[in-house]
Amino acid sequence: MSIRKTLATARRVLMQLLHDPRTILLLFIVPPVLLTIMKYVFQDQTAVFDSIAPMLLGVFPMTMMFLITSIATLRERSSGTLDRLMTMPISKLDFILGYAITFCLLGLVQASITGVVMFNLLGVTVLGGSLLTIIAAVLAASLGTALGLFLSAFAKSEFQAVQFMPAFIFPQLLTCGLFVARGDMAQPLQWFANVMPLTYSVDAMKQVTQYSTWTSDLTRDLIVVASFVVVALILGSITIRRQERQ
Amino acid sequence: METAVKVNNLSVTLGKGFKALKNVSIELPVGKMIGVIGPSGAGKTTLIRSIVGRLHISSGDITIFGQSAGSPALRKRISYMTQELSVYSDLTVRENLNYFATMTGQPRNQANEIINNVLEAVEMKDKAGSLVSRLSTGQKQRVSLAIALIGSPKLMVLDEPTVGLDPVLRDRLWKLFARLANQGITLIITSHSMDEAERCDDLVLIRDGEVIAHSSPKDLLKRTGTKTIEASFLKLVGDKE
Repeated sequence: MSIRKTLATARRVLMQLLHDPRTILLLFIVPPVLLTIMKYVFQDQTAVFDSIAPMLLGVFPMTMMFLITSIATLRERSSGTLDRLMTMPISKLDFILGYAITFCLLGLVQASITGVVMFNLLGVTVLGGSLLTIIAAVLAASLGTALGLFLSAFAKSEFQAVQFMPAFIFPQLLTCGLFVARGDMAQPLQWFANVMPLTYSVDAMKQVTQYSTWTSDLTRDLIVVASFVVVALILGSITIRRQERQ
Repeated sequence: METAVKVNNLSVTLGKGFKALKNVSIELPVGKMIGVIGPSGAGKTTLIRSIVGRLHISSGDITIFGQSAGSPALRKRISYMTQELSVYSDLTVRENLNYFATMTGQPRNQANEIINNVLEAVEMKDKAGSLVSRLSTGQKQRVSLAIALIGSPKLMVLDEPTVGLDPVLRDRLWKLFARLANQGITLIITSHSMDEAERCDDLVLIRDGEVIAHSSPKDLLKRTGTKTIEASFLKLVGDKE
């Protein structure tokens, strides 16, 4: 592995996005706009909005980074650039970590902008403070990136990659405890939620919202999410093959 | 003559039992332009993907400069231009070259000079700041070729490098290939165009996954008693059937 090549890959992915300002704009503007809409959807139930909004700050970066990463890596596979790179003296980890660095950075910017809007304009308060909220959001972004890198290997076209969103992310979204407390759901759904990463990402946000100190549950949630990130990155690296089998 | 690539009894079966290559055995010399010529679907790309180490070889073997195809040590010595453009269309020409220069391990302080040289070689210096997506197909093809020229590869494997180019540029590129071969670089160039075959030093004619001839263009014409490579190819195919 080479730090120079990893950073060059991160810079290259960033440059690709910077050449597409509309994507950057959508990435940073859509989450605060959605939160603002939600504020007015719940205009008579301020308490409900105040509890949901921080959790959404974890959901947005994960879902958006998942989508963008899966399409970006799919394009690498279909355009032949990955084919070419795999004949060069680079390690697969240079490639994977390059992507992870850029999308985590984007996740950080996205979460910061959304956080500023949420805390200052929409009046949401979290007991754990804004820094912890942003840390949890960036971890959620890296989770989306890692899952996108891994799952893109199973998509043959961009249409399929987009379908992974309702197939893989939506079930987690419905069962993670964002809409209904997990204890009130049918038992099989609770089992499902217990092994899915978004559950722990949302739980981490809940902890940050409800407690002013660092709790052991928060540590557990962050470790679980970080473990999912590492495993997904390793699996993503395995799906990139130096040599294709006949 | 020193051997660059030695393919020994290579057979490749792709999905659904399709035999893309059947017992191919060839030896390719160092410092020559070797044309792998044949119609579409003949097995040219499968052969060169096996040579650059992108296909796992389960039957037969390939050695390049004495090392097994796909060995990590060969990655610095081989450059590969795929049939797809394999460039980042949302980056400029220079950004693409910069990135691939880093990936091939070029020293940071020499990268600019290397990039300027390859841009000059493919006559794209004036387009260095242009986004690849805004270039014509022929220009994109030249960017892809420029990437393959970065560094000092000992073996260049070029899959249909002149397809889509105008005759003047094609002529210039073949002259560039000849200069590279004179410098001791081995070039394996696939083409389905028989009129380009005569420019090569060595020809591998391939059809239905089998090598039907391997010799210099001159020897091939003499052996088949024909005046063009296309006529030679047709005669060899006719004799076989």
